[in-house]
Amino acid sequence: MTETLARKATARRVNRRQFLVGSMATGAGLTCGFSLLPTLMGSAGEALAAGNFSPTVWYTIDRGGIVTVHITKSEMGQHVGTALAQAVAEELEADWKDIRIDYPDPAERWGLMVTGGSWSVNNSFDTLSRCGAAGRMAMIEAGAKAMGVPEGECRAASSRVVHKSGKSISYADLVSSGKVDKTYSPDDLKKIQLKKAGEYKIVGKPVPALDIPAKTNGTARYGMDMFVPGMVYAKIARPPVRYGAKATNVDDSEAKNIPGYQQFVSVADPTGTATHYVIAIADNYPAAMAAASALKVEWDLGPNAGVSSDNILDHAKQLTADPATGLSFWDIGDAGKALAGAATKLEAEYVTPLAVHAPLEPMNCVAFERDGVWHIYSGSQFQTRSGPLVAAAVGAKPEQVLIHQVYLGGGFGRRLEADAMVPAVLAAKAVGKPVKLIYSREEDVQNDFFRTITYQRMQGGLDAGGKLVVLTQDVCAAWATKRWGIEAFLSDSTDKKGKLDSFSVNGADSWYTIPNHHVRAIENDLAQAATPSGQFRSVAPAWTFWAVESFVDELAHKANKDPVAFRLAMLDATGRNAGTAPNSVGGAKRIADVIKLAVEKSGYGKKQLPKGRAMGLAAVSSQERNTPTWTAGVAEVSVAKDGTVKLHKMTIAIDVGTMVNPDGVRAQVEGATLWGVSLALYEQASMKNGNIEQTNFDTYTPLRMSQVPELDIHVIGTGNYPAGVGEPAVTVVAPAIANAVYNAVGARVRTLPLTPDKVAAAMKA
Amino acid sequence: MRILTINGFRRVVDMPDDTPLLWVVREHLQMTGTKFGCGAGLCGACTVHLNGEAVRSCQTSLADAAEGEVTTIEGLDPRGQHPLQRAWIAEQVPQCGWCQSGQIMQAASLLQKNPNPSDAQIVEAMDGNLCRCMTYVRIKKAIKRAAKDMRSGTKEI
Repeated sequence: MTETLARKATARRVNRRQFLVGSMATGAGLTCGFSLLPTLMGSAGEALAAGNFSPTVWYTIDRGGIVTVHITKSEMGQHVGTALAQAVAEELEADWKDIRIDYPDPAERWGLMVTGGSWSVNNSFDTLSRCGAAGRMAMIEAGAKAMGVPEGECRAASSRVVHKSGKSISYADLVSSGKVDKTYSPDDLKKIQLKKAGEYKIVGKPVPALDIPAKTNGTARYGMDMFVPGMVYAKIARPPVRYGAKATNVDDSEAKNIPGYQQFVSVADPTGTATHYVIAIADNYPAAMAAASALKVEWDLGPNAGVSSDNILDHAKQLTADPATGLSFWDIGDAGKALAGAATKLEAEYVTPLAVHAPLEPMNCVAFERDGVWHIYSGSQFQTRSGPLVAAAVGAKPEQVLIHQVYLGGGFGRRLEADAMVPAVLAAKAVGKPVKLIYSREEDVQNDFFRTITYQRMQGGLDAGGKLVVLTQDVCAAWATKRWGIEAFLSDSTDKKGKLDSFSVNGADSWYTIPNHHVRAIENDLAQAATPSGQFRSVAPAWTFWAVESFVDELAHKANKDPVAFRLAMLDATGRNAGTAPNSVGGAKRIADVIKLAVEKSGYGKKQLPKGRAMGLAAVSSQERNTPTWTAGVAEVSVAKDGTVKLHKMTIAIDVGTMVNPDGVRAQVEGATLWGVSLALYEQASMKNGNIEQTNFDTYTPLRMSQVPELDIHVIGTGNYPAGVGEPAVTVVAPAIANAVYNAVGARVRTLPLTPDKVAAAMKA
Repeated sequence: MRILTINGFRRVVDMPDDTPLLWVVREHLQMTGTKFGCGAGLCGACTVHLNGEAVRSCQTSLADAAEGEVTTIEGLDPRGQHPLQRAWIAEQVPQCGWCQSGQIMQAASLLQKNPNPSDAQIVEAMDGNLCRCMTYVRIKKAIKRAAKDMRSGTKEI
């Protein structure tokens, strides 16, 4: 995908509307937003006062001067509302103490509502900055008029319009006067000169996150914290396979002995989110859990009942071995010819296992119907897709579904899925009552939309001088985005022969200058059917860079070159790798810069370490080629004789362009780095007989405090456009650790995670 | 039927004796600051105090809880200004926030017993509390900050 859907949607919206700053008929204050019917109206004030259309309101200012910024991104720990409000406050010249945020309910007027891909700040910063600036200009115009002075002699600061004489008037007074009234065409907005790095007062400052206090005292409200009068509890009786089962008979004679048990619901899933649900309904959740266990369900297990992880991997190898499968994602030069003519060739296979999101708030949903509208309380990263799925489940129209925004107890891509909402509304419809459905942890693990099993085959060719002249990468995976069935999210192959899921290969189109470079995307249909996959924090770059950055190290060793120098030589920032405005200005040079910084800070190649202890380097441009966040990492490990890897320290150097909220950025990079450590060393799931073998945190084991390495994080603001920060650092960790393990004990492990058994086996090889 | 003493209040709870305290607290009494994470004592999200000691409420029965005094995140400090809560804000600890009630209750129990824990003692006390956002570095810092404030009797940060 060369351009995100979100950005396209935003661009369309701005182009057909005008931006209004004025008073609404009913609202006591000032409204700043886009109107739908600009040409039919006179002034902004008249248009807003008419009140017969639905403006996209980005923020309001009340008569007390309080600015409320509407956040259409989901809050799942990234403090996104704070960063977006900083963008508005900066250009509006509002005092930060006057800023509030809220999370409006989804509606068509907001356009695409999806939170993920490290897109939020990157996609919204420009729009919100311009909206803020438009508000400031309207205030200055009105303020000058009110004070009877020329507009050109006024400026705005700290929620006031200030004349050069020192005379000033507050935004609160101007809003109260009702005389702020200004309309901007899309062209006017585009022409506004925004502030540059160095001129910021609020952007770039570590203002405390607005969502944090409520998360220290138990008052933050998540989906599971909602209550509705007359609500009953629902617990799914899960089939013993992940996908494809149908209930043929349900016997609830034992469940009837459980106090509080009401009934069961057995229903096919018309949306394909699952195939069939059997759901126990009870007065309270413990009774619903007990009843779900007591239901005797006969299942037709369907087509995936015999599938295991090994089958999926074998299938991937077969598919990849056939050169006719898959589609071309990246095609530079003539890789086939170059491989045939290379002086030295190297080939290797890289594998990643199933991984489980396991947000700490298990999936859940409160659902009820009132006056023809289905109300949904459930943490969601993807309201635009989930609403229509809920509607399809109950035979309603999409506009009859209202997904209320709540805090998300962890997203990581898990809450892009509507798999708690669909059974909740089906149950609510069947029993005619509001329903609260909660997954058990076991269900949350086993019923995940996993990070797919991936298999990658790498081939490289060096010329006589040890220069990498050809690289090929075959990437075989389930295609999570294709499963969503949204055509716009798929991309044409380079030869236009078909549509591929770029979210299964992003990152393989790397910024190394390699004269012959080919990437093939292959859909693993068995993985697609048996292990429905989802987007998992850091998406494809977590596996594409695992292969690229491990293999580049292998190639450097093969060429007898220093891995740092070998990389820097290919990061020449020429041609397609020179970069383009706004996101990739500077191009590959910015990767080279973070590599040099990580090397310097970690002492890579210089610091003397005892035998069995070493450092490894990796560098990435995650997430997508047009939204790179340049990141380098150095891992320092020691390896015990039994193959146990001890990660002592991770050094990260990351160029995020502009840090809108430096402390928030740092928090995301800390979390992303440790998420990467967890996936590199400790997390893996497996399928057997169509079901997931792991169930809870005793068998699926994310990183705990005792496993945290020393972190040395260097976040750089280079004054460029803000880049995403929630995911990129994840992707640099695993290859850095694997390269360090190789440097420590000469063992090359190509399958994640790097567990002692695999490392020990590689040490013997 | 049991009478449960929770955050200093006595509440009548008409649920079976073996009902996990977790569900009594967050669904029956609707005190939702206590979170469900695993139901098996493996993640610590549901941690509350029973007679001042951190326990997993998913592994504590209503009958056992009714024998003592229960404190939840809502009752840790009447104004939400426990030194740990202030330190959690000062260090900007929470991300998604789901695990943080449990983390704070676990840490409060630690500091009650040990006003000056070493890094190793903090890790030992906190290792049963998972944070999927991986805010561990800040949790550790915040515990040390709160411990210092409590030792010096600092009231405001």
